[in-house]
Amino acid sequence: MAVSRGTALGRVRGLGSAKEGAHHWWIHRLTAVSNLLLMTWFMVSIISLPSLDHFTMLEWLRNPFVAVPMVLLTISVFYHIRLGLQIVIEDYLHGGARIAMLFLTTGYTLVAAGLSIFSILTIAIGA
Amino acid sequence: MASQPQVRPQARPLSPHLSIWRWRVHMATSIMHRATGDGMAIVGGVLFTWWLVAAAAGPEAYQQFLDVARSPFGVIVGIGLTYGLFQHAASGVRHLAMDTGAGFEVGTAKTTATLTFIFGIAATAALWLFILL
Repeated sequence: MAVSRGTALGRVRGLGSAKEGAHHWWIHRLTAVSNLLLMTWFMVSIISLPSLDHFTMLEWLRNPFVAVPMVLLTISVFYHIRLGLQIVIEDYLHGGARIAMLFLTTGYTLVAAGLSIFSILTIAIGA
Repeated sequence: MASQPQVRPQARPLSPHLSIWRWRVHMATSIMHRATGDGMAIVGGVLFTWWLVAAAAGPEAYQQFLDVARSPFGVIVGIGLTYGLFQHAASGVRHLAMDTGAGFEVGTAKTTATLTFIFGIAATAALWLFILL
């Protein structure tokens, strides 16, 4: 009963009122799985390190098999954060507050991911 | 355009409203999924970035981060974040399974919801026993 919404053509396209269909939902699931894999690797790697001092951290991050997964983890995690916060904001905020928070969370995740990736590459490529 | 569907108001699904839901383990799991997600998104995201920027900035900046991380307050935040990670991962896997249409029977949903809390607490305890002992 409540299943049929919109025009016949709209239903065939399956993109919904936001014109992007299940894209948000799907990327949220893709990044959930990549987060699961990358965070498992991250937690195991971190607790396997002999110490967390500065020298050990730099040595660890200079390894390309650490730096590349760390960059991928940063992208996957902050993309997932952005999508998750959007869901909560759209559920509980309306009008101007919703728009403002969507700008804020988008800015926050882009800046945090940008700073993190720059820092990883600075250490990995050297300076 | 006689064949066009009639325009009528349709009930859209509503997001969970905390005040009208009775406390049950499956709804607590759902709320914890959001709470841990939000907590990690903000506190975890900022600390992760600080950690990497400090490591790139040099030994003094990194030492400032370590001093905070190793303080009693830092350890409490660390325990909270790791619990958030394990709890969110467990209820996230439960969500992925339920996305396939599995596990919606009341008994099963209740059991898997309880399991997310058991996993979250047990994994956090095991990790911090390993770190602190």
